[in-house]
Amino acid sequence: MSLTAEEWEILQLSLRVSFWSVLVSLPFAIAVAYLLARANFPGKTLFDATVHLPLVLPPVVVGYFLLLLFGRRGPLGGLLEEWFGIVFAFRWTGAALAAGVMGFPLMVRAVRLSFETIDRRLEAAASTLGAGRIAVFATVTLPLALPGIITGILLSFARGLGEFGATITFVSNIPGETRTLPLAIYTFTQTPTGDEAALRLSLIAVLLSLAALYISEVLVRRATKRVMGDDADSRH
Amino acid sequence: MTLTVDIEHKLGAFQLKTAFEAGEGVTALFGRSGAGKTSVVNAIAGILHPDRGRIVINGEPVFDSEHGIDVPTPRRRIGYVFQEGRLFPHLNVQQNLRYAGLFSRGTPPSEFAHVVELLGLKDLLDRRPGNLSGGEKQRVAIGRALLSRPRLLLLDEPLASLDAHRKSEVLQYIELMRDEIKIPIVYVSHAVEEVVRLADTVVLITAGEVAAVGAAEDVMGHSDLRTAAFEGGAVIDAKVVEQDMQHDLATLAFDGGTLVVTNVDALIGEPVRVRIRARDVSIALKRPEAISIQNILAGTLREVSAERSGAVDVSVAIGAVTLRSRITVRSAQQLGLAPGLEVYALIKAVSLDRRSGMG
Repeated sequence: MSLTAEEWEILQLSLRVSFWSVLVSLPFAIAVAYLLARANFPGKTLFDATVHLPLVLPPVVVGYFLLLLFGRRGPLGGLLEEWFGIVFAFRWTGAALAAGVMGFPLMVRAVRLSFETIDRRLEAAASTLGAGRIAVFATVTLPLALPGIITGILLSFARGLGEFGATITFVSNIPGETRTLPLAIYTFTQTPTGDEAALRLSLIAVLLSLAALYISEVLVRRATKRVMGDDADSRH
Repeated sequence: MTLTVDIEHKLGAFQLKTAFEAGEGVTALFGRSGAGKTSVVNAIAGILHPDRGRIVINGEPVFDSEHGIDVPTPRRRIGYVFQEGRLFPHLNVQQNLRYAGLFSRGTPPSEFAHVVELLGLKDLLDRRPGNLSGGEKQRVAIGRALLSRPRLLLLDEPLASLDAHRKSEVLQYIELMRDEIKIPIVYVSHAVEEVVRLADTVVLITAGEVAAVGAAEDVMGHSDLRTAAFEGGAVIDAKVVEQDMQHDLATLAFDGGTLVVTNVDALIGEPVRVRIRARDVSIALKRPEAISIQNILAGTLREVSAERSGAVDVSVAIGAVTLRSRITVRSAQQLGLAPGLEVYALIKAVSLDRRSGMG
């Protein structure tokens, strides 16, 4: 089975949207996860709940909020366009934003869990060896959280590939711009002759998910072994 | 090097109130588990922030509650070897050892090579901490702390989680380090043997407070140690003067006489440190004959302690050394023991603590 030009375009767009959504949200997710895992501050519970909101809200609602905030006339959308020239409305960047927001809680949860299981005594040991707070974070905390970070990346990436409701509400369904894999499948199912195309795209989605799962499994296993301190050639 | 510690800290119901000074060599913080020893070293390292007090290293206050001084841990330049090693699991041995180099001017190659050589780490460099034995881990942890170029090294029960064999292995390396690198060490332990073997100064800590401070010989020989539920006894620095290979016996000379001891793994002329427990010493008024005991020393009775659960400790001066004997109150009464009496100390057992590098 070889892909048609249209299918390639859809696949590439989906991967691009997911890739950028993960890349941009990762630093924020790590910061929020660290805050939730380590800091105590007033309103932490509310903050925690807000971060998790996209997980429980109907995606359409999230998409609608994004439209209100980041649309051309939205308060944030206007500012971002003015300052940085970034436009989200009806662009693939908007699809990436929607995917990033929807995947954010999943990423935060995985990374936070990882931070919480780190032996903090190792951080104290690092500080006795001359490492300041930022150095401790960069050389001990972050590397030890790697398995959780990889898991978070995968969950968010997969969530981004499957994102539908928020995307279609926020940036509509524009071929070549915002029509990602799920939106394309949906579109074909709405066309009288689109059954075969919908099935083909669905199969692509299955293969893509399997590949992503497999790759992340390999990476997590490797990273876990690393942070457990085993030699690469150790017997099992 | 001088270290002055004078701190107060409340940990739940536990009150830490510790003051002592330490100089060159090895200072042992000695006391039972839960006595607050680790809290004291944590305060020195800046991991624990005491409620009140001062900690001064070489005249530089690193903590002073009155003047609001609290130098952060990374800038205190204090090496810390933890009970559980705490090697970074995601780094190999070499990277662990070089970790401190990331934050200072870097470790000169000669120093790295020296520490690796000294602690026997050459074959471990590419290994990961997960594949090291407990003893190897502690050696790497000691090397890692040394390579941070500390002005003071803290060792918190570094042998506690090791089996007897590993213990003696690591202990040898610690002695080697003490003698070779000449870095002041604060050594936390609840094990009498370790303290006797390593320490120059002993700070006895009981329930968060300093019960005694002084030279190792004085504190470890002190019968008041009983109050801390440690065995009283005497610690004697001696020298090997004769080795009888045939009977595996060595004669040790000390300031007051000689002792015959088995299994001495030391050359003639080498210094050794022996410990004689109070309950291994009996008292006789006349020199006994036809007796299996090898070591019988004449001395002058100095003191009979107050009774404690049917027993008394008798101090006997033998030359410059004071031996202690724990006997029942009845024996003491029957013999009519009183200060000034000339007596014989019958020593049933001598335990040996090799002490190298005392020149």
